[in-house]
Amino acid sequence: MVRVVSISSRVRDLTGGLDNFEVDARSVRELLRTLEARFPGLGQLVETEMSLAIDGEIHQDAMMEQLGPAAEVVLIPRISGG
Amino acid sequence: MSDGNQPPASLKVVGTRPIRPDGVDKVTGRAQFGADFHLPGMLTGRIKRSPHAHARIVKIDISAAEKRPGVKAVVTGADLDVGAGGDIEAGEHAAAMKDVAANCLASGKVFYQGHAVAAVAATSPEIAAEALDLIEVTYEVLPHVVDVDEAMAPGAPVLHDDMFTKGVTPKPTKASNVAQKHVMGRGDVAGAFAAAEVVVEGRYTTAAVHQGYIEPHACVAAWGADGQSTIWCSSQGQFLVRAMTARILNLPLSDIKVIPAEIGGGFGGKTTVYLEPVALALSRKCGRPVKLVMSREEVFLASGPTSGSSMDIRLAATKDGKITAAEMTLRYQAGAFAGSPVNLGCMTAFACYDVENLALVGYDVVSNRPKVAAYRAPGAPMAAFAVESAIDDLARKLKMDPIDLRILNAVKDGAKTVYGATVRYSAFIETLEAVKAHPHYKAKLGPGQARGVAAGFWFNIGGESSAAVHVDEDGGATVVSSNPDIGGSRASMAMMAAETLGLPIERVRCTVADTTSIGFSGSTGGSRVTFATGMAVVEAAQKVVADLRRRAAQTWECDIAHVEWKDGVATCLDPSKDAKPLSLKALAGKSAKTGGPIAAEVSLNAQGAAAGYGVHVCDLEIDPETGRTTILRYTAAQDVGRAIHPAYVEGQLQGGAAQGVGWALNEEYVYNSNGLLDNASFLDYRMPVASDLPMIDTILVEAKPNPRHPYGAKGVGEVPIVPPLAAVANAISAIVGQRMTSLPLSPAKVLAAMGGG
Amino acid sequence: MSRTVVNAVVNGEPVEFLAGGGQSLLDALRDELRLTGSKEGCGTGDCGACSVIVDGRLVCACLMLAPEAEGKRIETIEGLADNGHLHPLQHQFLEHAALQCGFCTPGLLMASKALLDRNPDPTETEVRYWLAGNICRCTGYDKVVRAVMDAAADLRQEGKSK
Repeated sequence: MVRVVSISSRVRDLTGGLDNFEVDARSVRELLRTLEARFPGLGQLVETEMSLAIDGEIHQDAMMEQLGPAAEVVLIPRISGG
Repeated sequence: MSDGNQPPASLKVVGTRPIRPDGVDKVTGRAQFGADFHLPGMLTGRIKRSPHAHARIVKIDISAAEKRPGVKAVVTGADLDVGAGGDIEAGEHAAAMKDVAANCLASGKVFYQGHAVAAVAATSPEIAAEALDLIEVTYEVLPHVVDVDEAMAPGAPVLHDDMFTKGVTPKPTKASNVAQKHVMGRGDVAGAFAAAEVVVEGRYTTAAVHQGYIEPHACVAAWGADGQSTIWCSSQGQFLVRAMTARILNLPLSDIKVIPAEIGGGFGGKTTVYLEPVALALSRKCGRPVKLVMSREEVFLASGPTSGSSMDIRLAATKDGKITAAEMTLRYQAGAFAGSPVNLGCMTAFACYDVENLALVGYDVVSNRPKVAAYRAPGAPMAAFAVESAIDDLARKLKMDPIDLRILNAVKDGAKTVYGATVRYSAFIETLEAVKAHPHYKAKLGPGQARGVAAGFWFNIGGESSAAVHVDEDGGATVVSSNPDIGGSRASMAMMAAETLGLPIERVRCTVADTTSIGFSGSTGGSRVTFATGMAVVEAAQKVVADLRRRAAQTWECDIAHVEWKDGVATCLDPSKDAKPLSLKALAGKSAKTGGPIAAEVSLNAQGAAAGYGVHVCDLEIDPETGRTTILRYTAAQDVGRAIHPAYVEGQLQGGAAQGVGWALNEEYVYNSNGLLDNASFLDYRMPVASDLPMIDTILVEAKPNPRHPYGAKGVGEVPIVPPLAAVANAISAIVGQRMTSLPLSPAKVLAAMGGG
Repeated sequence: MSRTVVNAVVNGEPVEFLAGGGQSLLDALRDELRLTGSKEGCGTGDCGACSVIVDGRLVCACLMLAPEAEGKRIETIEGLADNGHLHPLQHQFLEHAALQCGFCTPGLLMASKALLDRNPDPTETEVRYWLAGNICRCTGYDKVVRAVMDAAADLRQEGKSK
């Protein structure tokens, strides 16, 4: 099971207040699909507006990234810069 | 100076200081910037702007302007077609295209003085100016609000009646100026404060400041009769300009070619569009090329700036100086439309420190000011001003050395940041130690002088980039970069290619390609180019080397495993062959016989960017008669991974420090009671000039190269603007004898605090 | 709008162009003579990006009217290199990496030349105050000041060897 943690209140809006929960997923693509099914709109939000910290490393658009059996995925607002 | 960590001896080009490939163009006036293009039949465009801070547009009558001889086209917001809008990745976050379009040409309402309402194209600047006067706009003036705290207060004029604060449960039923509330944190903050041995707290404010690039926004757009258009413009990303212009005018991407001009500074402010869709809409109406160039006044009124802010902060600590908890509320101005970098303020605020219990709340607040644009480390400098001031308070309260206090609390590899990333490859502690060991930190201060210290953090990013390496027939090479060169990146691209190929730097040139000539790339921003585009350059050069080895093996009829590539020469290691080494030149000259031209292009999405940490030290004194601050000595140290071209890395540190000093001392948007900007010029918006600053010493800390980049690079551009605000303010506070909490620390403010004036 | 014929010497070459009464020298240089090396950063004489030398005197080309150029000798960035050989200032700006975006560079170079023409051995403070009319947002001025000081030394050396 992948542990999903969110630091964004936008996520909480869609999860009914949850910001720490487990999801069964082996890749980022599967994770987004599962999130969307469980919390309609969340998969879409994460795909378009968020970055993922997978086991501590920040990824953008890492749809192909594999997730380990005990992976931690933190949903964070997208980071860019000036 | 360097921190003494030498690059590996195997590196021949990386770490040296060659002259940049585009250098001569830039010292001879030959470089073509945004406003330097000229096309036959080109028209002059001008934009009509709102004289009001907040108003409903009742009617725009363009008929008289259209009838004026010499006027070829007039457009308004009705000429844009952004459709469903959607978001495009840009600047500090995804940009809502409906807002970007409404910022290019207003739709229904104007939200700030200078908001564009219409545009003309005419055969001369004089006629264009006359035509603006002939456009009649009828406004219903509305109450306005420019202050962030006032904009949040009940009863404030509401800018957007469809703005319901996001991130609040349950969803609000009343529209407000708070676009979004961000909440992040961890641990037991209340418990930690209850058990705290020391508490410091404060309320801090910073003014809105402009990026201040010297080149005003400029572009030329030429619509083709077949619907294919070309745009020449100065921007931080030709692909971004293409995407935004296409979306705002509902055009296919492949019908727009964007040719990047040289860019005269951006600092994040050129990661959006203001002019390009308007110029193209004008050109579409009249079939002639249209040039649009902003005046400096327009730059101040209608582009940039970054957020002003108001913040509350509390720190809890043990009497030994270990910070046990922090809570902070950040309120950032977004300007007319949602999208301040307050979330990045929250994420970066304590990124330098290992604090177990954290509670951060951020508010993104609209008001009647220009829509903010990204500005170097968006959101971080303001938050760091509050945090680093509070830590300075703590150091004074505990009588601790400010660097020792920071070392005690500094993040180490393996620590978890509040935003979810694990700290890795960090050299923050090494940077603090390098400052402590520097002669500046040990130097005695004179009477009336004080020293301020502050730290800063930026994530740095990777992302999508493309690059190509072409081997020329004579054995030289050309690098094709996808990113506008804003501060010398052609040099670092060419250097990394030269290093990989084994060529001297003089044999590698670098060009920045238009949108049709190289694969997609994200913008020049986020301190990503040397990291991400550099990675694409190195991978392309590695492909070329693999191909050269294959060609050598083919020539020698040996196994490729027996071909070694070193210093630009292939050597045959197969003892059974009597093969003379083949240089790049020899292989390139016979490329037709080994498979044709030698070139490779790589497109990638770079992951693994490493964060950067900076520590600045500032000595200053204050004239007790006038309150004017003089910076006497300044040193900027930074964790840079490995400096590809150290002189340009030093330049980033020095330039960021200077901008930060301006932010701390003088720069601010000054509004009058009518919500109109009182200082829209370089005379009244006071940026640092040469006589305001001393030399800025630098320490490049290379203790921890980023192993995820082929040459160890970390982004360096953004970090240096984060520490100066507090470094300056901490020193001024020490002289004044009270905590200075409101930027800028202009002479009048300092004098008042000293009891004079 | 009536335009007047202006005769001037630009970078050693006699030129003739038409200028509107309200046209700035900067606009004439850029739009009529296509010498776009001089830049407009503000149009109000505050940033120095349009610095040129007129009859030996440093001026902001945005503040001078084009018809006032009649009979004057004007030096712009395009004339600073001598037959393809860089001026010591240009050379030192490159050596020191004293430019990042390069937009203010032409103005800084012309202002620096005007300084060294009258003061071959300026102190750091003199360089900083002389260049206070040229805003650079990228560099923090450190490398610019060093480049000017080193170019001054180069020119003094050149003068000695002549």
